[in-house]
Amino acid sequence: MRCRKCKGKAVLDIPRHHTAFCKACLTEFVCAQVERAVAEERMFTTADRVLVAVSGGKDSLSLLNILRKLGYQADAFYVDLGIGEYSRQSKEKVERYTGARGIPLYVHELKEDEGAGINDLADLVRRPTCSVCGTLKRYHFNRAAVMKGYNVLATGHNLDDEAARLLGNVLHWQEQYLEKQGPTLPDSVEGFAKKVKPLYRLAEREIAAYAIVNGIDYIVEECPNAQGAKMLLYKDILNRLESESPGTKQAFYWGFLARQKTDAQTRPSMAEHDRAVLHPCATCGQPTTGEICSYCKLMARAQKNGPAPVGS
Amino acid sequence: MKILLNHPVREVEVKGPRRVREVLKELNLLPESVLVVRGDDLVTEDELLKDEDRIEIRPVISGG
Ligand code: SF4
Ligand SMILES: [Zn+2]
Ligand SMILES: [Zn+2]
Repeated sequence: MRCRKCKGKAVLDIPRHHTAFCKACLTEFVCAQVERAVAEERMFTTADRVLVAVSGGKDSLSLLNILRKLGYQADAFYVDLGIGEYSRQSKEKVERYTGARGIPLYVHELKEDEGAGINDLADLVRRPTCSVCGTLKRYHFNRAAVMKGYNVLATGHNLDDEAARLLGNVLHWQEQYLEKQGPTLPDSVEGFAKKVKPLYRLAEREIAAYAIVNGIDYIVEECPNAQGAKMLLYKDILNRLESESPGTKQAFYWGFLARQKTDAQTRPSMAEHDRAVLHPCATCGQPTTGEICSYCKLMARAQKNGPAPVGS
Repeated sequence: MKILLNHPVREVEVKGPRRVREVLKELNLLPESVLVVRGDDLVTEDELLKDEDRIEIRPVISGG
């Protein structure tokens, strides 16, 4: 197979765009898609300080790589979930990647600050591990960005992630989640960093290819808690559809975004809505809709139930 | 040829020469869910794999 652009040897075919690229043209394509996402969704400019939440996986490390290549101010933040060998290896990948390039890296250790790893915490509060993990990560991503002086928090969510999440939300008609599924969430109130997903135009396979071609050493192993997760099933189903008719995933998610934009003209903006319902958490001060934020509730519950020496 | 698979890590033997596309079909893998690496290079579906090639099939789908 030949590269559609330069006729060199292709390394990846991209059926949804009826194209194939060599190494150099693939890198160019991926960077151009990110530039377009950043511009179209008004994510940030070179004047903004962007904190990238990295996990050691292909998406977040590639995102950090691409943003810096494009000239943005992007540094890294890692949450050590304390999941045995998986966390040890993923942290090592992150430290090695950022260390070799002199990229500032902040690390949050669950075992030190919350007093236990994610599996023990989930046991203590008797909730599914991934749901507790989601609450903790959202909280710490935002807090780290705000406290360290970054106005934008970027995550490595890609087209597959967003399409799978959309499918899950639609299947269960979780309309309250749909609104928050855009690639840019505003920094509507004091204490909130803007949240962006600059990889939403790229399929997981394209990002993995970018990582391999650019020599980014990422962790291929999965988080052991992910096995059997619903997300994997949704992604598999979407990829079956994609194989039969290329372009399905993007038609699904981008179509949703286009409708959301049309709707937005007739409804109050998310920022206005946020300002109406959010106020500082009575315990930690981060914005929340309740009296106490879900993170503080979770930690209070862990403290009540647990032998673990839970920190603040 | 020996093929290294992930999730979980394991090795399978497939008789060459075969096209990437056919190998994926035989292993019941969706092209959209994996990448095929020969040595250090990514290869496309039409590539012919030989018995002496060192192949890794990387899943690209993550659940986190
Ligand atoms: S799979 Fe679950 S526990 Fe593991 S990182 Fe993802 S959300 Fe957290
Ligand atoms: Zn090319
Ligand atoms: Zn709180």
